[in-house]
Amino acid sequence: MAWNSFNTAGSDGMTASVITIPGANGDQIHAYTARPEGKGPFPGVVLVHHMPGWDEIYREFTRRFAQHGYNAVCPDLYCRLGHGRPDEVTEKMRAAGGIADQQVVDDCVAAATFLKALPTSSGKVGIIGTCSGGRHAMVVGSKSKEFSAIGDLWGGGVVMQTSDLNPKRPVAPIDMTKDVNAPVLGIFGNDDKSPTPEQVNQHEAELKKHGKTYEFHRYDGAGHGFFYYHRPAYRAEAATDGWEKVFAFFAKHLS
Amino acid sequence: MCTNIATNVLLTGSARMATGWTKIGEARMSFDHATHIWVDHALRINFVDLSDESASHVAVELDLVSGRALLRGLAEVLDAAEATDLG
Repeated sequence: MAWNSFNTAGSDGMTASVITIPGANGDQIHAYTARPEGKGPFPGVVLVHHMPGWDEIYREFTRRFAQHGYNAVCPDLYCRLGHGRPDEVTEKMRAAGGIADQQVVDDCVAAATFLKALPTSSGKVGIIGTCSGGRHAMVVGSKSKEFSAIGDLWGGGVVMQTSDLNPKRPVAPIDMTKDVNAPVLGIFGNDDKSPTPEQVNQHEAELKKHGKTYEFHRYDGAGHGFFYYHRPAYRAEAATDGWEKVFAFFAKHLS
Repeated sequence: MCTNIATNVLLTGSARMATGWTKIGEARMSFDHATHIWVDHALRINFVDLSDESASHVAVELDLVSGRALLRGLAEVLDAAEATDLG
């Protein structure tokens, strides 16, 4: 359903709350979930939060997906680091040297398992993330077959130098491209410095080389994080069009 | 962009909060997404009491120009202190 195209006669309530799910290694982690009222069946979406943390914008994104007819869940990837304001927890994450890609994979698969077990589930689940979450969405979508659509929104670090690899991030996502298990949506700003337009082109070339289904959309006059209306990076026209692309893509591949 | 530009420095000192003075044992510095000031990225410094991280810390967020100005000011003061053998 496109933005602002709901029928005013409809009932489009939702339930939203923080829950606990068993994540990587069986750790109990928090997740924010929003689910439409009604019997469904509804497709599901796992939202992978960005480096600024499990924050308010991601709670809004999660509710936006529910508003558009998806069972949505956003696991707190930093949950093991303790709690506090989102920026404080993010700082702990930086101090700890980041989180391991494999842990993110397992947390996101756990979130997908939660969605598929819901009585209103259609059985199909997509994954989407922005910033570091875009990169993580690519990693998860390459290592797991649980997802039917992948959204990478300005994911930095898909293309990595060998010197940037470490035990927590041992393989560059672009080198996992042959294993990508679902269609990919990419949304990028041409003024972004990570990923740069050249890195976006590299990513696209790799997807094409391996015969993957994908669609990339690039926006002039936009940089990193141009959906974030609470930050100066916001670009209203590009963000509005980008959201339309997101919902069209997930409707196509999760219906 | 998520920069991952970050470093930590152990230190000995105190910081004043609204509730009074607290010990600080580490400065956690990064240049990454800004949380509060109206720029995309900022120098973030969080002075943390390592014995009580969640309760005792003082954070600042500065734009790049301000961070450089602070660095110059710190160097000026510390150079003067060392020159007079006050350290």
